[in-house]
Amino acid sequence: MSLAFSNARLLDPANGLDEIGTLIVEKGKVAAIGKSVKATAKKNIDCKGMAILPGLIDMQVFTGEPGEEYRETLETASRAAAAGGVTTMITMPNTNPVIDDAALVDFISRRARDTAIVRVHPMAALTKGCAGKSMTEFGLLREAGAVAFTDGDRAVMNALTMRRALSYAGTFDALIVQHAMDQDLQSAGVMHESELATRLGLAGIPVAAETTMIDRDLRLVELTGARYHIAQISSAESVAAVRAAKQRGLPVSCGVSATHLMLNQNDVENYRTFAKLSPPLRCEDDRLALIAGVADGTIDVVVSGHNPQNEEAKRQPFAQAAYGSVGVETLLAGLLSLHHADGVALETLLACVTARPAQLLGLEGGALSVGARADFALADLDAPWVVDADALRSKSQNAAIDKRKVQGQVLACYVGGKAVFEL
Amino acid sequence: MTASSTQGAFAHRDLLGIEGLSVSDITYLLDLSDTYVDQNRQIDKKTSVLRGRTQINLFFESSTRTQSSFELAGKRLGADVMNMAVTTSAVNKGETLLDTAVTLNAMNPDLLVVRHGDSGAVELLSQKVSCAVLNAGDGAHEHPTQALLDALTIRRRLGRLQGLRVAICGDITHSRVARSNILLLNAMGAQVHLIGPQTLLPVGAQQLGAGVFNDMRAGLEGCDIVMMLRIQNERMEGALIPSVREYYRLYGLDREKLAYAKPDALVMHPGPMNRGVEIDSAVADDPERSLIRDQVEMGVAVRMAVLEALAANLPNNLGGDNLGKDA
Repeated sequence: MSLAFSNARLLDPANGLDEIGTLIVEKGKVAAIGKSVKATAKKNIDCKGMAILPGLIDMQVFTGEPGEEYRETLETASRAAAAGGVTTMITMPNTNPVIDDAALVDFISRRARDTAIVRVHPMAALTKGCAGKSMTEFGLLREAGAVAFTDGDRAVMNALTMRRALSYAGTFDALIVQHAMDQDLQSAGVMHESELATRLGLAGIPVAAETTMIDRDLRLVELTGARYHIAQISSAESVAAVRAAKQRGLPVSCGVSATHLMLNQNDVENYRTFAKLSPPLRCEDDRLALIAGVADGTIDVVVSGHNPQNEEAKRQPFAQAAYGSVGVETLLAGLLSLHHADGVALETLLACVTARPAQLLGLEGGALSVGARADFALADLDAPWVVDADALRSKSQNAAIDKRKVQGQVLACYVGGKAVFEL
Repeated sequence: MTASSTQGAFAHRDLLGIEGLSVSDITYLLDLSDTYVDQNRQIDKKTSVLRGRTQINLFFESSTRTQSSFELAGKRLGADVMNMAVTTSAVNKGETLLDTAVTLNAMNPDLLVVRHGDSGAVELLSQKVSCAVLNAGDGAHEHPTQALLDALTIRRRLGRLQGLRVAICGDITHSRVARSNILLLNAMGAQVHLIGPQTLLPVGAQQLGAGVFNDMRAGLEGCDIVMMLRIQNERMEGALIPSVREYYRLYGLDREKLAYAKPDALVMHPGPMNRGVEIDSAVADDPERSLIRDQVEMGVAVRMAVLEALAANLPNNLGGDNLGKDA
């Protein structure tokens, strides 16, 4: 059975494609794509000029499975993902139990195969129990399917442990992903350290909590030569540090959350716990520097940082509320806001959620090349809508960008040529 | 083969390491060892080459096979051999290494066999005594008699060292056996491959004159000899490698991994082995492929040769001058 999507704006940064044409899908793969392709398939869908883009790869998704299924399961997260045009989720190991053993990686893969409607690739824990002490079995975990190693929302504080982990990772050319947050400097901090934090009476997290960790790790990367990725950066200084490291030729990459590209610390005013994130939302100058970092390629990937928390965890005094926001469903819309409001090139933005994460993780996907798996989204890039947290498909409704006007609506999502979401 | 016939052929007072030995020094020691292999297989294994000499085995680190090998070697050459283990020595009462050296030197030993946990300690001690010093292993620095016995084992089986490719696998960082073997094998024209996870390969390994590999398949390609090193328990459980099972999966020598080497490749291990960690029993006990028992036999012969070669350079009349050379 073949499918033709004609009259579509074909967008594929990996192949430098941006043209009106036709996509033909056969046996779950891209059979032909381009402006000169004729719609010869049995079933033809007229896309009416809407965009077709490679399915998004979200490189940071927290779920509650196993252990905290009330927050989110692989299934519910995958439904939210499909509605957002995300065809591949990279899950974090911070579950209960922590994903630090090959059998648990296997469990995630099997559960995802049986319940999720998009592709799921787990990152495994970098240290046993994400406790920051002794490294996990990178070799066996990779064999089981782990695509990278991270302690997720926890930083590896011990420099020797980090050095050894980076060194050992070099054995396999594995990617080490760090949550760059010095816990000692963070101390009791819960938001960006600033005048606003002082006025709110909240303990601050200095930018230095992020940059000292990045600086330390960059030294260790220099020492070991291992591939190192910062899951999310939040400040202008971090952008500068990564930019300088890349200029020195270090194998370093970094991500930013779509939320950090849209919001700043002012969004935590009135103690809005939905905007309590780690790393924290920082100043407007930081936000603009992050956008510039995406635009010039210093920042490699944009993630949702999808972190579902239920009401009990968020309806708390700010200091006690849980960190995190859902976001896998709004990743594309958030990203497109940079195109519409900040003028960042569409191709650059899309590469941050398609080709670039695929390349970093060594994944098939992220491109609409002929012969590739037909993972793609059909989207109206301009359609305006208002985010309504309660209407999101995630099991938890803690959206930091709730009530925000965005542009860009996913109309349909296909995984392996099969529709997994249709508006 | 008498002491006088070999007098001065080995022009070193001590054997502190392979470093500093010439190709002819090494060849001389291996040739001499060969004669002792034959002698050790006879009913009468004793000679009187070291008659009247006193050999002290001073072991600051516990050892079973090296110490007994040296003890047997000295006794078969007719020396009086005394073993001093650290647990019974004055070192535990706070005596410094150099005090111990001076004290022992006053007892007029002729040959001092020393093992110490610190790199460079044996050389330091050698500066304070007037007898010949044999390094039986210092820290992660050198273990010259192990490298010599490994070379003898290979040479007797394959007839040569020149042009062979030898893989050394495991904890290179902490291994004195690896360092001595790299030096000796390079000197004798063999090619060395070091294989291990990145955490067990020392900084600058490439500059030691060896190929460096993280992957067994790539590292073992074309190898004539596969030398496995012992993994210490304290290196495991997440410090330098995450677990025994992962290490065994990636680096444990079983038949499957041995097949990456040459079809008739031979297996060596300095002992003691961790079966099921760095080596599989089926490989370790395979009489066709394993040289591990030969290594133990060659150890005694090599140590006899080294003792004889050094004793030949001792003054025949000490004349009561037992001060250290640089004292």
